[in-house]
Amino acid sequence: MRTDAPQPPRSAELAAMRELIRRHKRADIVFGLVGLVCMMVGVVTLLVLFVDLMIDGLPRFSRDFFMNFPSRHAERAGILSAWVGTCLVMLVTMVAAVPLGVAAGIYLEEYAPKNWVTDLIEINVTNLAGVPSIVYGLLALGLFVYIFGLGQSIATAGLTLALLILPVIIVTTREAIRAIPVAIREAAYGVGATRWQVVADHVLPYSIGGIMTGVIIGLARAIGETAPLITVGALTFIAFLPPSPLRSEAPYVSFEWLLSPFTVLPIQMFNWVSRPDEKFLLNAAATGIVIIVATLAMNALAIWLRYRLRKRIKW
Amino acid sequence: MKLRQAAKVLAFAGTALASQAAFAQVVKIDGSSTVFPVTEAVAEEFQKAVKGKYKVTVGISGTGGGFKKFCRGETDISNASRPILKAEMAECQKAGIAYIELPIAYDALTVVVNPKNNFVKQLSVAELRKVWEPAAQGKITRWNQVNPAFPDAPLKLFGAGADSGTFDYFTEAIVGKAKSSRGDYTASEDDNVLVQGVARDVNALGFFGYAYYAEHKDKLKAVPIVAREGAPAVEPSEKTVLDGTYQPLSRPIFIYVNAKSLDRPEVREFVEFYNRHGAKLAKEVKYVPLPAKAYEHNAQQVARRVVGTKFGGENKVGLTIDELIALEAKL
Repeated sequence: MRTDAPQPPRSAELAAMRELIRRHKRADIVFGLVGLVCMMVGVVTLLVLFVDLMIDGLPRFSRDFFMNFPSRHAERAGILSAWVGTCLVMLVTMVAAVPLGVAAGIYLEEYAPKNWVTDLIEINVTNLAGVPSIVYGLLALGLFVYIFGLGQSIATAGLTLALLILPVIIVTTREAIRAIPVAIREAAYGVGATRWQVVADHVLPYSIGGIMTGVIIGLARAIGETAPLITVGALTFIAFLPPSPLRSEAPYVSFEWLLSPFTVLPIQMFNWVSRPDEKFLLNAAATGIVIIVATLAMNALAIWLRYRLRKRIKW
Repeated sequence: MKLRQAAKVLAFAGTALASQAAFAQVVKIDGSSTVFPVTEAVAEEFQKAVKGKYKVTVGISGTGGGFKKFCRGETDISNASRPILKAEMAECQKAGIAYIELPIAYDALTVVVNPKNNFVKQLSVAELRKVWEPAAQGKITRWNQVNPAFPDAPLKLFGAGADSGTFDYFTEAIVGKAKSSRGDYTASEDDNVLVQGVARDVNALGFFGYAYYAEHKDKLKAVPIVAREGAPAVEPSEKTVLDGTYQPLSRPIFIYVNAKSLDRPEVREFVEFYNRHGAKLAKEVKYVPLPAKAYEHNAQQVARRVVGTKFGGENKVGLTIDELIALEAKL
């Protein structure tokens, strides 16, 4: 019998190897658990908060809560002026921020020459996304309220929040555009398309899903903002609605509402939290639910849009 | 250059639009959060009474912040939990804004302890000063240091944050100098945080506006105050505030009306409404209304357009309403 045939590993070596594998698998499990705990901290906190809000606030939900003005009687107080204010402010924000942000993103990505000036702009835009919102409030107080004379109005608030979310929109627009393969552009240029044709016929349609996501996430951030709006003078008690944008006589539309005083949901909520009468806390909880649901709904819309629009693209 | 032109055009468009919006008859009010509940109640009832003919907006930016806007002419009425100060008087004068000072209710700062606290039956101003003066910081930390008769238990303090008029008045009345206080206590601008703190801690001592105590009587115990040695201990209540015995922690709260705005019917009617119904509505939101003669006096001041302040730019502690009425307003 030959003795140099491959020997099965000695049992000591084998045990060491098994031990090593076991150790690595253990590390796997440990990290998995740590990761799970980390994730749960966030999710569970949000859930607990939300359930707590629900328990306090749900009984307050009724038609009256949405159709009544604020009042000193907690049971009669409602959020009519607040939700109308939030909607109108968001409308102004969207109308101002979307064209500016998307156009700026397209320009930076498709038109601007790549040199140190664009680099500088790029760094600044990214930095702006991280500037505390109160700073935008102070800027807006000087610029819109005093220099432009817009006063403490819906227009001021909308433009302030538009400034706040512009960097978010620009950055996401650029990322969406960058995700389009260069080959598509080159093919278009190859058959003689101009830059604008490439942008309008290819770049924009393919990246619209990503851009919309950015817009909606930006708006979802703006909807909960309080600090900059307090700075520009949002009110706490307001028991009337802005003038209607539609008129029965010519010219049928009116922009007077843009200059109307306003309040928004987070400010109404903040006011109720600090009242002596505890029943107002229930109103605050109900308002909190409205804000959270609005934010979640917007995020869900963003996800759905991205999914829908991505499915349409066939390369 | 182009940018500046664009700004000018925009500014012009803005003011053009703004002047258009001025047709909507709005009474603009801003200022103290302490006065807010009363003014809000009046605004609510007023708008109901005039059936939407006039509109009222009420903001909260603090007494100081309110006066800043008021002296720039941005608001018609300013809510104030203390009289106008010298610096603010100068601001208003520079802008040519004259004002009528109207006390509209009382607020009684209430010193509270936990209802399970069975040893505090009363506290004197001297004892409170010992607790709250700046020198107490880090030193007075146990109840028996305040009064040897109290048990040796930790002293947990809760009080108004430094930005509130409540803090200004409390320090002025207790320590003797506005804004002079120890810093090592739980401070909050949100009085509900203080209510919760005192309600949960047997060893707590706190202070805040009467309305917050009145809404939480089941969770808190108000401490009767001894104004000076030999004086009886007085518990805060509507009666003791009105008859002037709850001293020195009761104070009037005010609205300041821009004299020029009074020419506008909506502002005049609102102020008249405030005088007529202020007492009832203040009581409803748990403030102590002034005696009827004070509101009559207010109405006269408005009718005769008596501008200025009766305080000369300083906070006066322990002024009764009769003394206040007798004083003369000066710009």
